[in-house]
Order: sequence, then structure tokens, then C-alpha cells
Amino acid sequence: MSNTDSPFVENPLGAIEEAARQVNICNACRYCEGYCAVFPAITSARSFSEADITQLANLCHNCRGCFYACQYAPPHEFAVNLPKALAEVRQNSWEDFAFPRALGRQFHRSGAAIALLAFTAFAALFALARFVGGVGDAQGEGFYRLMSHTVMVSIFAPAFILPMLAVGVGLVRYWRATRPESGGSRWLHPRALALAYQDAMTMKNLGGGHDEGCNFEDEDRFSNLRRWLHQAAAFGFILCFFSTSSATLMHYVLDWPAPYPIWTPPKVFGVSGGVLLTLGSFGLAWLKTRADRDLGDGRVWGGEMGFVLLLGSVGLSGLLLYGLGSTPWLDVLLAVHLGTVLALFLLVPYSKMAHGFYRLAALVRDAQRRIDRGL
Amino acid sequence: MQVDVAVLGGGNAALCGAINAALAGCSVLVLESAPKPYRGGNSRHTRNFRCMHQGPVGPLTGAYLEDEYFDDLIKVTKGQTDEILARKAIRESEACFAWMHTQGIRFQPSLSGTLSLSRTNAFFLGGGKALVNALYRRAEQLGVRVRYQTEVTHVDMRDNRVAEVVFTDEQGAENRVQPRAVIAASGGFQGDTDWLERAWGPGAQNFLIRGTQYNRGVVLRDLLDQGAQSVGDPTQCHAVAIDGRAPKFDGGIASRLDCVPFSVVLNQNGQRFYDEGEDVWPKRYAIWGRLVAAQPSQIGHVIIDSRSLNLFMPSLYPPLVSDTLEGLVEQMGLPTGASLASISAFNAACANDLSGFRPTELDGLATRGIEPAKTNWARPITEPPFYGYTLRPGVTFTYLGLKVDQAARVQMQDGPAENLWAAGEIMAGSILGQGYLAGFGMTIGTVFGRQAGQEAGAYVKHR
Repeated sequence: MSNTDSPFVENPLGAIEEAARQVNICNACRYCEGYCAVFPAITSARSFSEADITQLANLCHNCRGCFYACQYAPPHEFAVNLPKALAEVRQNSWEDFAFPRALGRQFHRSGAAIALLAFTAFAALFALARFVGGVGDAQGEGFYRLMSHTVMVSIFAPAFILPMLAVGVGLVRYWRATRPESGGSRWLHPRALALAYQDAMTMKNLGGGHDEGCNFEDEDRFSNLRRWLHQAAAFGFILCFFSTSSATLMHYVLDWPAPYPIWTPPKVFGVSGGVLLTLGSFGLAWLKTRADRDLGDGRVWGGEMGFVLLLGSVGLSGLLLYGLGSTPWLDVLLAVHLGTVLALFLLVPYSKMAHGFYRLAALVRDAQRRIDRGL
Repeated sequence: MQVDVAVLGGGNAALCGAINAALAGCSVLVLESAPKPYRGGNSRHTRNFRCMHQGPVGPLTGAYLEDEYFDDLIKVTKGQTDEILARKAIRESEACFAWMHTQGIRFQPSLSGTLSLSRTNAFFLGGGKALVNALYRRAEQLGVRVRYQTEVTHVDMRDNRVAEVVFTDEQGAENRVQPRAVIAASGGFQGDTDWLERAWGPGAQNFLIRGTQYNRGVVLRDLLDQGAQSVGDPTQCHAVAIDGRAPKFDGGIASRLDCVPFSVVLNQNGQRFYDEGEDVWPKRYAIWGRLVAAQPSQIGHVIIDSRSLNLFMPSLYPPLVSDTLEGLVEQMGLPTGASLASISAFNAACANDLSGFRPTELDGLATRGIEPAKTNWARPITEPPFYGYTLRPGVTFTYLGLKVDQAARVQMQDGPAENLWAAGEIMAGSILGQGYLAGFGMTIGTVFGRQAGQEAGAYVKHR
């Protein structure tokens, strides 16, 4: 792995070296062992290659417990700020693993670029529905009158599949780049997957070791608020995904096109997921304004904020579309919702959304390490 | 400024006192000399406290009863303790565990590399700074006022009672406050290297201070000058041998070196001076501070070979390394001839059969026919590359302190002070006449801090 072609990283190799310097101090101290998975992974080694540091960086959930507990945090001359050091390595690694590489950096860094993409997608879809003949389905009900099922599928199927392929390439790159020098077992243990999913679902690593949460919005106070909001956003997103998937099945298998009544899976999943996604995402955005920016990667604050607001907009516009779908607002709301969804899909490999995939991969690798060592 | 209880200091003992005084209904002012990032005195560097318990509790395994605890203390202090105060600290440590949890302190299983302490010592999740953070949060929740960068310069004693406390504030201006009760919990004097030099001689300037630089003993000196009774010997302190490259202050735990049992240690003249393999390192690291302090320039040089590199906890700084012993001793600034002769003599005195080598237990693999002998883990230093570390004495805290009674009340020449209590390192010398027991400093601080807060609170409320 090389970061040298990253255009906005001032000292790309320095990020790995700086993190390794700090990790060595942690390994001589070990006070933070109980906080999260990063520290047991550190104390199981004596020296740290670029692969090790990249893995540790992606394992770190930025809970910040270690920073507030650190006797060596600035102004101490050891200047340990592990959440920040690992965030910078992590960010560099995502940009490096992105396929194609050139696409990722702009959106990671810039909330304005994300907003511009979302607006462009909205405008294009709005114009398509309103001004291009034959896009709507005259016999269709609800929004299909504005844009037929076929048109939607021909836009969104590639806009979903291609980014997911790009994510796949990124994950392969990640897996290769973080292979431990000591090897480890060749085959992935199924239990590693189970453990990783369990940790991801419970967000154990934002629990602070005592399950009282992380240190985010109010310095060293432990709080599960960020964990709960992230859960809301993540589960909300998954429920929305179930909603779309169940609608697709109903459309093709049951030959039952939208709109669906409230008791059907697309609506049950969609409304509950939309509420969770909206509350979770805007809640996380609000928390982010209260947290210390110097404990993360300051270069991407805007991009992260833009992304989480986009995520919230997807949920909110979906709910509004449902609530106001029979009013004259339908055409605008439809374009807003589909525009934000389109932007979100396209950005999956090139925005903060990518963290879910890499984090899960890091949890799998860590679970595999523990299994290999019989822990 | 009206205040019921003034607490001088801002570490564990001070905050335990402040919390208990606030719980008693007093208005409390904490005067912490450090700026906020360095608040907490030496507590910010600690990691556990030694806790008596009848059976498994929290992360503590087994049982650790009063008599065993007291025996452990007698062994390290060689009897230099005040049995009444020591037994009080031991007995009350049991209740401290739950009390600390109530204040927001969380515990974790014994850290990797510290299994020997899993039965006796409860480790703070995140270490001492996390403990300090929790205590400050709790104190502020109870309405305790905290002022940082405020150094108490004088505690004005009139007829065995504190009439006034004088301190310089954040801007350097002199302030005065007339609290009804005072808790002195401002630590030892190890941050004042000139005082250390007066006690130890000029070599003390070469000592490193493992903890806070803000424990300068100003309150201690001021009270001793006004007739407070003292305990402890000014030359006694908790001192360990640490990496000689550590910073002058605040190097903390990460500066420790665990490689001595697998090494030969030479002084500046290239001579060995003590049995490196006398006992397992957790039982010996505290005496090596004094051993190194007694050597020329207060320095020791640890040499190991490649076979031993992975037998100890990773070090903060990488070791010096060379493919030859000659190259290594030159890098270390040692006299080549004398150093190589010492190592050769050591190597020749090692046994031929090294198969009994057991790094984690006393293996009896001893040298023969040299002085000083190495009585365990004696393997010749022959497998390149060779690695070197520098050792210096690292002082944790000094033992000269204030004499207190069981209620933590400060004893003046002619009787107990009326409204002055002391807790933590400023009075720990009563219990630790010499030597040290891991985690006992925090036990003393918590037990006597709580006691002082309770006593001060009761005094204010019932007077």
C-alpha cells in the first residue's frame, strides 16, 4: 500500500509513522486495555508494520476514551492523541483502497461536493420526470405516474450495483494490505464472522468497556448517546433497505406494484426505518458539532458532516414523500428523495459510508486473530 | 470568599476528601496547583489500588485478608510502619471498592503483564487519569468549586487552628481565604529537586521524577515550619529504576524497564554491582532505584543479548543495538576494557547447561565464583545482536510527611490541630517508613481522604 499519490495528505508516510510512534507508547503503558478492541490487538504484538497500523486504524471506532484517559496526551511531550492519529491513517487508507482512487478524495473531504452531487441528482431526476416524455407511466399509481418503475430500475440498478462492486474491490485491497506479517490462518473462520457481526450490531467498541458509552459530546463524560444514534441510523438504513428489497420482490414475484398499504412490509420497514434513519443521522450531525474536532481527522470534518446530513435527508424526504405523496408537492419530493438516494448510492465507496465495510472487515480480521491465538 | 472546607491539592486523596465534605453538606473549594491538563497529582499516573477482600469482587480474584495484607506491608517496610494507621488503611480498603464505583470510577481486569497483581490490586479502567476525571466530575456535580493553577503558599496556623489559607491564583495574584476546615492533600516534595538535593546530596539532580512536577512540598514545608509533627525520613521515597532517557517529569508507567533479570547491569565504570537475578522483577524493581542512585553519576547500563529481547514488556524507547559487545559499550559511553572484562567474567561464570532457564519463575540458574553473583536467569551474553538500555532512579514520591492520628487529623507539637486534616502522600510516610507495596499509595489516599472529608464535614456542621 502506498499513500504517495494522495493529493491532500501533507505528509502521507508520516501518518503511519506517527501512529506507530504512539502505538509503541501505548504498548509500554497498557492502561487503556479495557476500553476497546484496539488495545488488546496492540498488546499482542511487539512491533508494528504498516499493515498492522492500518488494521488498528480501521479497528478504532473513535470512541475517544483512550484520549481522555491518557496521561501522555498533549501538552505532555509524548503528545499522544491516538484517536486522531488513527483517524488520519484510516482516512488515508480509505482513499487508497477506493476504486477508482481518484473518485474518492473529493467527496471525503468536502461536504459542498456532496451537496452539489445530491442537488445535481435531484435536478436531473426532476427535469427527467417533468420535461422528458414517456418517463411517467400513465396507467401507474402514485409516483409511478411521474416516473415509471422501468425508468427507476434502469437508473438505480446500475447506481447500486456499480458502487457495490467498487466497495468489493476496496475490501479486497484492504484485506491484502492488512495481512499480518506473521501470517495467521489461511481460511476465514466462520466464528470470526459471527463475532464481528455481533460486535458491529451491538457497537461493543463504542461501549467504553463498561458499556456506559464513549467520550464524545462532553469531554470525558461517558455517554451511550452516540452509540444509540448510530444504531438508529444504521438499523434505520437496514430497514429502509429491507423496505426496498421487499417491494422489489412484491413487484416481480407477486406482480403487485406500488403503492402499498401501510400493513405491507415495504411500508412497515420503510416508515420505521425512515424515522430511525432521520433521527439517528440528524442526531449524529448535532453531536458532531459538540465534539472536539482535534480528536478526529480534521481534513474530512466537512465531508463527514455532508455525508451524515445527506443520510438524514434520505430518511426525511422518504417520510415526507409518504406523508405528502397525494399533494401537489409530490413531484418535488419525489425528485428530492430519489436524488438524495442516488447521491448516497453513488457515494457509498467514496464517502464516510465506506467506513461500515472497512470497520466490519477490521472486526473480522481482529476476531480471526483472537481465534488463531485461542483467545 | 466564603467557604466551609478548603482542600489543598487535587489528586485522589484531595478529591475523596472534597467529595465526602460536600456530601456532608459543606461548601468546598479545591485549590489545585497544576493547570487542568495536569490535574490530579501523581494519581493521574497510577493504575490500581490494593484492596482487601473476603472473596472474588469485581475484577479481583480469590480473597485477600487483613493479615496477609499486613504481612505484605511488614515485609516491604521491614516493620517501619504505624500499625494502627496501617490496619485502618487495610481494613477500610474493602469498603473503598464500592465507594469508588459509586463515585464513577470503573475497574478492569488486571492488565496484561501484571497477572501477579490480579488478586490483590483492583485496576482502574483507563488508569489513574480516568479515575481523576471521574472524581472531578463527581465533585463538580456535588457543587465543589475547583480552581486550577492556584498554588497554596501559606497555611496560617494560630493556636493550632488554621486561620487563613494564602494562595496565588491563575494570574499570579495573592489571594486569602478563611475556611472553617482545611484538608491538606498536596503530596510529597519530589517535584522540588533542590529539596531532594538537600536530602540526598548533589546526585539527586540526576534523579528523574516519574510523576507530577507540581508536588513541590510547599504546604508540607510550611506546616512543618509552624510546628506540625513530622514522620518519615527525608531520604526515603518510592524510587524505581526507569529508562534513563525518560523525561525529567511525568514519564509515568511507560518509562519502566523490565529487562534487568535477563541482563547484566554495569555502572559507569563498567563494573557489575548487584545480583540482577535476585527475585522476579515485580518484587525487585523498587530496590533498583536506590541501587542505581548509589552508583557514580546515578546511572546503570543494562546489556542483554538477542535471546532475551522478547522476554519483557516492550520499552518506551527502542534499545541501543550493536552486532558486537564492543560496539554496544562504546555507544553506551562505557569504558571498553573494563566493561568487556566484566561481561567476560560474567559469561565465564554462567553454567554450561542452560536448559533449566525459565523466564517467568525463579529458575536457580546461577553464576559460580563471581561477585556479585547472579542467582537466577544467568545466561551468558553471547548471541548478537546485543541491546543496551540506560537506567536512572525514578522517584515516585517522598515519604517525609505530616503525622496524623486515626481521624487523619494533623498533629502539632502540642496536640492535634483543631481544623486541619491530611491525606495522601503528604502523610503516607506514617505508614510507609520505607519500601513500597504496589497500589498502597492509592489505598492510603482513598481511605484517609474519605476520612478527612468526613471529619472536616462533621466539624463544620457540628461546631
